[in-house]
Amino acid sequence: MRAIVAFEDGSYYIGKAFGSYTDARGEIVFNTSMSGYQEILTDPSYKGQVVLMTYPLIGNYGVNDEDLESRRPWVEGFIVKELARHYSNYRAKEGLSEFLNRNGIPGVEGVDTRAITRKIREKGSLRVYITTKDISPQKAVEIAREIPDIKGRDLVRQVTTDEPYLFREGMWNGRGYERPSRWKFRVVVYDFGVKKNILRIMNSLGIETYVVPAYTPYEDVLAMEPDGVFLSNGPGDPEPVSYAVENVKNLIGKLPIFGICLGHQILSLALGGKSFKMKFGHRGANHPVKNLDSGRVEITAQNHSFAIDIKSMEGLAEITHVNLNDGTLEGIRDRGKFFFTVQYHPEDSPGPHDSIYLFREFFDLLRDFDRNKSKHI
Amino acid sequence: MPKREDIKSVLIIGSGPIIIGQASEFDYSGSQAVKSLKEEGIRVILINSNPATIMTDPDMADAVYIEPLTVDFVAKVIEKEKPDALLPTLGGQTGLNLAVALHERGILEKYSVELIGASIDAIKKAEDRELFIEAMNRIGLKVPESGYAGSVEKAFEIARKLGFPVVIRPSFTLGGTGGNIATSEDEFKTLVELALRMSPVHKVLIEKSVAGWKEYELEVMRDKNDNVVIVCSIENVDPMGVHTGDSITVAPQQTLTDKEYQRMRDAAISIIREIGVDTGGSNIQFAVNPEDGEMYVIEMNPRVSRSSALASKATGFPIAKIAAKLAIGYTLDELPNDITRETPASFEPALDYVVVKIPRFAFEKFPEVDPTLTTQMKSVGEVMAIGRNFREALLKAISSLEINASGLKSIVQPLINKGYFGENIQDGVRDYIEKKLKTPNSERIFAIGDAFRFGFDVGKVHDLTGIDPFFLHQIREIVELENSIRGAGIGGLTPELVKKAKEWGFSDKLIADLTGTGEDFIRKLRKKFGIKPVFKVVDTCAAEFEAYTPYFYSTYEEEDEEPSLLVKTGVKSVIVLGSGPNRIGQGIEFDYACVHSIMAIKEEGLKGIMINSNPETVSTDYDTSDRLYFEPVVFEYVMNIIEKEDPAGVIVQFGGQSPLNMARRLARYGVKILGTEFDSIDRAEDRERFKDFLDKLGLKRPRSGIARTPIEALEVADFIGYPVLVRPSYVLGGRAMGIIHDRKELKFYLENETIGWPLLVDEFLLDAYEVDVDAVSDGDDVYIGGILEHVHEAGIHSGDSAMILPPYMLPDGVIDQIKDITVEIAKELAVKGIMNVQYAVREGEVYVIEVNPRASRTVPFISKATGVPLAKIATKVMLGRKLKEFGLKSKNHGFYAVKEAVFSFNKFPGVDPILGPEMRSTGEVMGVGRTPAEAFYKSQVAAGFELPARGGKVFISVKDSAKPRILDIAEMLVKAGLDIIATEGTAKYLKKHGIRVESVGKLSEGSEGIVGRMKKGEVVMVINIPAGKTAYLDSVKIRRAAFLYNIPGYTSINAARFAVRSIVEGIHPSVYSLKEVSG
Repeated sequence: MRAIVAFEDGSYYIGKAFGSYTDARGEIVFNTSMSGYQEILTDPSYKGQVVLMTYPLIGNYGVNDEDLESRRPWVEGFIVKELARHYSNYRAKEGLSEFLNRNGIPGVEGVDTRAITRKIREKGSLRVYITTKDISPQKAVEIAREIPDIKGRDLVRQVTTDEPYLFREGMWNGRGYERPSRWKFRVVVYDFGVKKNILRIMNSLGIETYVVPAYTPYEDVLAMEPDGVFLSNGPGDPEPVSYAVENVKNLIGKLPIFGICLGHQILSLALGGKSFKMKFGHRGANHPVKNLDSGRVEITAQNHSFAIDIKSMEGLAEITHVNLNDGTLEGIRDRGKFFFTVQYHPEDSPGPHDSIYLFREFFDLLRDFDRNKSKHI
Repeated sequence: MPKREDIKSVLIIGSGPIIIGQASEFDYSGSQAVKSLKEEGIRVILINSNPATIMTDPDMADAVYIEPLTVDFVAKVIEKEKPDALLPTLGGQTGLNLAVALHERGILEKYSVELIGASIDAIKKAEDRELFIEAMNRIGLKVPESGYAGSVEKAFEIARKLGFPVVIRPSFTLGGTGGNIATSEDEFKTLVELALRMSPVHKVLIEKSVAGWKEYELEVMRDKNDNVVIVCSIENVDPMGVHTGDSITVAPQQTLTDKEYQRMRDAAISIIREIGVDTGGSNIQFAVNPEDGEMYVIEMNPRVSRSSALASKATGFPIAKIAAKLAIGYTLDELPNDITRETPASFEPALDYVVVKIPRFAFEKFPEVDPTLTTQMKSVGEVMAIGRNFREALLKAISSLEINASGLKSIVQPLINKGYFGENIQDGVRDYIEKKLKTPNSERIFAIGDAFRFGFDVGKVHDLTGIDPFFLHQIREIVELENSIRGAGIGGLTPELVKKAKEWGFSDKLIADLTGTGEDFIRKLRKKFGIKPVFKVVDTCAAEFEAYTPYFYSTYEEEDEEPSLLVKTGVKSVIVLGSGPNRIGQGIEFDYACVHSIMAIKEEGLKGIMINSNPETVSTDYDTSDRLYFEPVVFEYVMNIIEKEDPAGVIVQFGGQSPLNMARRLARYGVKILGTEFDSIDRAEDRERFKDFLDKLGLKRPRSGIARTPIEALEVADFIGYPVLVRPSYVLGGRAMGIIHDRKELKFYLENETIGWPLLVDEFLLDAYEVDVDAVSDGDDVYIGGILEHVHEAGIHSGDSAMILPPYMLPDGVIDQIKDITVEIAKELAVKGIMNVQYAVREGEVYVIEVNPRASRTVPFISKATGVPLAKIATKVMLGRKLKEFGLKSKNHGFYAVKEAVFSFNKFPGVDPILGPEMRSTGEVMGVGRTPAEAFYKSQVAAGFELPARGGKVFISVKDSAKPRILDIAEMLVKAGLDIIATEGTAKYLKKHGIRVESVGKLSEGSEGIVGRMKKGEVVMVINIPAGKTAYLDSVKIRRAAFLYNIPGYTSINAARFAVRSIVEGIHPSVYSLKEVSG
C-alpha cells in the first residue's frame, strides 16, 4: 500500500505503508537511537508526534511483551527506512507491523529518512500528514498545514491516567521483571505521561510508587502524606499544563521532589523559569550531559522538544547538569527546598544507564528528609 | 582537565611487519596517534620495523627508528632518546608485549619512562586469563567455565570435566594463534601440544565451548575522569567458534533489544573499570545464548585493535587519535568531534547506515592448509562496505572482495557443470551444501546462497550454521530477487525491478549475469531508467548535526547530499584508486603509495579523492584525502564516482594490480588516466606485446612459450631447456606455479597439479641473481629510485625475497647496464609516473623478467632508504611537473638497508615454509646498518630470528649442485667457532674438503634425529637447500621445525652466506633514526 508523507513546507515523500492503514497528523521528530523502538513507541511523551527513526533497519528483533513503557504505543505515526520483514529474538512475540496495526498506528517505510532528518535539522520540526488515501500529494500538504501547532497544546490530559494506581514492578534481569517486596518509602508520582521504567527503578530501590492523574490537586497529594513527590516525563509544551505548574508551586519545599523531562520543565516554570520550543529538540540515546558536581560526562537518553532557558533559571535554582552538545539546561537542584530535576531520561529505556544514580540520590533525599523530619518531632 | 604538562616526549611502538592477526590497521592507528600527539607539541619518537607504513615516514614523528621490535632495540632507542613516556596501546599485541617486557627488564624504571594509556597491571589483568577470570567474577560477570593447564595431562583432565567440544587457548598469543576447538579426545592431544608450544609461557586455557552462540563486540573508550563511551557495537554474523577476524560482521548490532544491548553496555563499562584501562580504547567480546539471552564475557583487549580500526571507519569516530589525546591527560569532553566541530568527543556515534565487514582469505596460496575457520585467525585482509540496508552492505562488501564474485556466486554450479556430483545431482548437491554450511569456511556465505537456491529453508540453514535467522532471511531474499531477475530476463527488466535490485546492492554485473547480458548494457539501461546512485555522508550523528567530514558512501535513494568537489570548491580534483583488501601480493605497501599520491595531489593545490574498501588502512582515514569514498574498487562504483566528481583524471599506478587492470575500461569510457598511457600499460602487461617490445629494444629475456596441452608443455619445455618455470596464465588454485628441473618432474607436475590452461613455460635462469628497480619517469628524464639486489637466487618471488640496497655483490658494470636498460624501457614505454622492472643477472648478462608500469611493493622501502618519496614525485610528474624541478638525489648517508619478508606460517600448521615462485609472505621488515652485515642482521632479528652470536650447531643439508658453494660458508662457520652437523651426502662432501662435520640422519626421528635435536635447542641455524620438488618433501619437516622453534633457517645459498657473514663479522648493532640514515 502506498503512503504519502506530506510536510507543511510543501515537500512530500512516497513510501510504503505498514502497521495500520490509517492517517496520522502530528509534528515530525527524529530519534537517533539505534535500538529501543518498542520503548520509544510506547513512551507517552511522543503524543502528538510522528517519529522517524534515523537508524534504517527497524523491527529486527520484533516486539515482545516486556519492553513496554506504558500500556500502549502513543506515537501518531512511525517512519522508518526499512521495516524488518522477519524478526529474530528469543523474546519476540510479534512483528512490529502487527503490533502497530493492532494499536491503530500507521507506519511508513521506504522513504529517504536521512533526507527528511536533514530537512528537520535545517527547518526545524514540521507538521506532517501521513495518509494511504488516494489523494494528491499537494492535497496532503494542505492537510499538513492545517494541523494545529504542538506549542500551546496541553497533551498531558490525553495521556495521563484517569485513576490513581499503585505500580509494582522491579527491574528487568534478563529473564523478566523482578518482583519488588521491600518498601522503604512511598512517593506520589504525578503522571504527565510516565514511563514505566522510572517506576520500576524506584520500586527496585524500595520506593513505592503511587501514580496519580496529572491534574490531582496538591492538597490531595499532601493529604496522602507521601515521603516525596515525583514529577514525570510527558509530551509537548509545559506552559499549557498550568494546573500542574500551580500544584507544584505549592509542593516545593514541603516534600522532596524529583522530576524528569516535562516534570523538570513544570517545576522550573513553577520557580519562575521560562520555557521555549527548540528547533527540533533532542531525541536519542547518545547525548553527552555534564554533571557539574563530579565533572563527569553521562551519555543520556533524551526526548524533548521544549526546554527551559538556562539563563532564566539564574538565581532560581542551582544548575547541576548541562548538555555538552548545545549548552542547554539539563538539570537543576535546590538542596534547601529538597528538589532536583533533570531534562534528560536517567531511566533509559531506551538508552544508557549512566545516570541511574539519580534515583539513588532521590532515595537519599527521601531518607535525609525523613531523618530530619523525625529529628524535628 | 587539560593535557599534562610534564609529558614532553612520548615513545610510540608500532606493530612491526604485517602478519595474520596484526595488519595495517595498526599503521592507521599509529599514524593517527603520532599526528594527534604532535598537534599537542609533544616530541614523538617512533619505533617500528615495518618500512611500508605511513607512521614511519620521515615527516611523521620527530624521530623515526626503523629498527627491530625487540626489548634490546627498543631499550637502545629509549637510552638514546630518553622519552618521558611510552604509549604501548597502539602497536597491537606486539606493542603491549614489548611494554610488559621492558617493564620486567627494569628498563622503563631505569630511564624513568612512564607507561601511559594502560598500566602494567591493567595489561596483565586483561591478558592473563587467570587474572581476567578472577576480575570478571569480582564484578559478577560470567565467563565460560575453564581451567589452566601447563601439560597435556592436566589439559585432558580439565577437558573431560567440561565435556567436548572445548576451546583451547594458548596464553599470550596474538590473533588466537595456536587456538582451536577440539570436538573430540582424538584431536585434543595434538591441538593442546600445538597450543602449548605456541604460548610463550607454555600455558593453555581449556574452556567450555560456546560455539554457536551469538557473538558481539563493543569498542569502549575511557578517560582519566572515568568517562566511558561505547563507540560502536559489532555483531558477528558467524556465531561463536569462528575468530572475529575471520567472521563476517555487522555494525551496529542488529538483533538485540535495547534492554539486552544496554546490559552488554553496562558490562563493558564495568569491565574497562575493573581491568583498569585508565585512558584509551578497549575491545570487549561477548557471547549471547540465542535461546535465552544468557551472556558471557569472552575477552578484552586493553588497546586499539583491528576491530577498533573497523569501528573508527564504521562510525567516523577516530579511536586511536582520541586515545592518544586521552593518554596525555585530556578528557573526552575537552576534545571536539572533528566531524561536527560543534559537539564534543564524549558521545556515542549514531549510525544511519549498515556496515558489513567480510574477511579476505588466501587459502589458494596455502593449499595444504585446512580452510576450516576456527578460533585462530586465518584471513589476510578484510573489506568493509556501507549501505542503507543489510543486503546492500553485504553485496557491496562481496563486490569489494575483488574475488570475481558479482554477488552471492554459486559454489556448487561450477561443480555441477564439471559433473562432480555424478548421477544423483540433487542429493549430491544437498550433501555438499550441508557440509559447507556445517563447518565454518571461507565460502560459507556463498554456500548459504546455494542452500536457498537448492530448496533449503531458513530453519534448516540456521540449524546447520547457527547464523541468526535475521541475516539468513536477508540472504534468502537476495536469492529470491535473483530468481525474479533471472525470470524476468532482459526484456522483463522494468525500472521498478532494477531500482529494487540496486537498492538491495545488486551490482550491474550481477544483474547482467542473471539476465545473460553485459555489465555495460545494464549500466546504460539503468541510466536510461534514471536510476543513479546518490552519495551520503558518514557523520557520527545520523545527520543530527551538520557534518564537515568528506567521508561518503553510495546508495540508491533520493537525496544526493553534496555537490562534487569541483562545484563545491572550484578546484579540480584527482581520484586515486586504492588497493582494496589486503591480500598476499597486494598489501600495505600499495596503500602507502596511495596515501603519498593523495598528499602530492594536495601539495600541488588540487583536491585528492580516495576510493577504497579496506578499513585497515591510512588511505581510508577521512583525514587523508579531501574526499573519501568508502566503496568497492570495482569499475561500476569507481565510474559512478567519476561521473559525480568529474575529476581532472584518475591515478591507477599506486593501488597495485587491480586498479591497473581497470585502466582499459576506464579509458574506453573516456576517463583520463593520469600518467602512463593505457597503451603503454598494455604493452607491458600483455605477454605477446611485451615480448615484441623487448625484442624491439634488443633486450634479453628468459625464453618462454605457451602450452595448451600437456604434450605441448613438454615440447615447449624441451625446446627451452630445463629448468623451467611453469604457471597457468590465469592463476586459479594458486599452487600451480613451480620450478621444474627435468622432464620427469614436468610429467609429474602435469599429472598431479590441478592447473588451468594455457600454461606459461619460462626458461628458469639457474643460479641467477634477481634485481628490482623502481624508477620515476616524466617522459623525458628518468630517475632511478633504487636498485635492489635480491639476497636469494632467482626462483623466489620478489615479494618473498630479502633484498639489499645499495647492491653490493653486483659488479659496477652490471649496475650501469641495468640503469641504462631501465632508462631505455621507461622512454620506449613513454612512462609517465612510476615503474618497476625486475631483472635477472647471470654471468654478467642482464635479462628482463618483467616490467610493471605501476608502483611496486618496494616503493616505501626505497623511499625510506633513500629519503626520496617516489610515489609523491611520481604523482607530481603525472600532474605535469618535470623531474628536473626536483633535483633528485638519494639522501642516503652511506647506510645499507635490507628488506626481509615476513611470513605467517605459524598460523597454518602443516605448511612447508619453503620459498618459491609463488609469493606467500604477508609483510616485511627493514634493517639498516653501516655495513651489509649489520643491516642483514637487523632484518633477521626484526623478522623474528635471533642469529647465533657464538657456539651451537649449524645444520647443513644442500642439494648436490649447491655443494661447491657451501664450502666457504662452512669454513666461515668453523672459524666462528660453530659446529656443523650435516646430512650424509653433505657431510661427506664437506669432510672430503677437510671440514669437521658430524653426520646425522635426515629423517630419523627421536632425540638423536635432526628434528629432535632442533627441538632440544641444540641447533642454532639451519641451511637447507633441497633439490627438486619430489625430493624436497623429505626436508619439509626440518624447515617446519626450524620455523616452529624459531631457528633461523635459510633455503638459499646467498641468504645463508649473508647470515654467516653477519655472525663472523660480529654484530654490535646501533640504532639509527631515519634522519641519520636518509634525512
